[in-house]
Amino acid sequence: MKVMVSISLKPGVLDPQARAIENSLASLGYQDVKGVSTGKQIILDLDEDDEARARQKSAKMCETLLVNTVIENYEITIMDEDD
Amino acid sequence: MNISVITFPGSNCDRDVITAAADLTGKTPKVVWHKDHDIGSPDLVIIPGGFSFGDYLRCGAIAAKSPAMDEVLEHAYRGGMVIGICNGFQVLVETGLLPGALIRNKGLKFVCRDTRLKVHSNSKAIMSGFQPDESLIIPVAHNEGQFYADDSTLKKIQDNGQIAFTYAPIADEDDYNPNGAALDIAGITSENGRVLGMMPHPERRMSETVGGADGRRLLSAIFEASQS
Repeated sequence: MKVMVSISLKPGVLDPQARAIENSLASLGYQDVKGVSTGKQIILDLDEDDEARARQKSAKMCETLLVNTVIENYEITIMDEDD
Repeated sequence: MNISVITFPGSNCDRDVITAAADLTGKTPKVVWHKDHDIGSPDLVIIPGGFSFGDYLRCGAIAAKSPAMDEVLEHAYRGGMVIGICNGFQVLVETGLLPGALIRNKGLKFVCRDTRLKVHSNSKAIMSGFQPDESLIIPVAHNEGQFYADDSTLKKIQDNGQIAFTYAPIADEDDYNPNGAALDIAGITSENGRVLGMMPHPERRMSETVGGADGRRLLSAIFEASQS
């Protein structure tokens, strides 16, 4: 089963990369961009058929290594079979 | 005194730290590879700078989970002294031994230059060898050195005297804070005052030949404190 972990910065944590992208978009004429934020995705291919257990195992991995909960939030999504 | 230096794939300031420590204490530190469980019986553990595990995932995140670090955590929980420099500081915040996080520099650029460090608080054990308001010129070299913590954590570390070093102007420049760190923080201690993390590199400022010897003073003060 494939699980997608989406990691984003917590609100209030400065995201200088996003500011740079926002400035670049503005200079290209995209004046209607109200905000930019960045994040990352980690896709785990788990040897697990049970959705609840897959979520539980992934959450444990997030808390242990994948995410720094001081500055980051995460969301776990079970991916479709053919993804 | 016994010093153990932990090295990871990608550490690159380990040799400088080992040379500096041997020079100041007359004894070569024990070098511990990250896969080893035996860190010896050190008075002080040093986690050097570099790019452990290529800075993959987050700086210091993978190193923080290595076997040697399990032993360092045990050492710290027993009240042992630890100093993390640059990437070593990043490793220590990732283990949770130190509060907050180190994020991308505000200016988005790798910063490599001299900074003036001010001793903000010498109330903690590992800082006890410093004079209040002592100031030292020590270089920084990092891309992710901006200290971040939420407001309540910042207040807590301020109230507890955990701010060890802050950046200050060398002359009268406005951009003396090289990375946008909250409260100009360059180094912090743990609540028990026996673990120190700092972004600047004292081991790169060990003699007049390389521009100054303030690093000798800084490391001597910490070595002195870790023997008492």
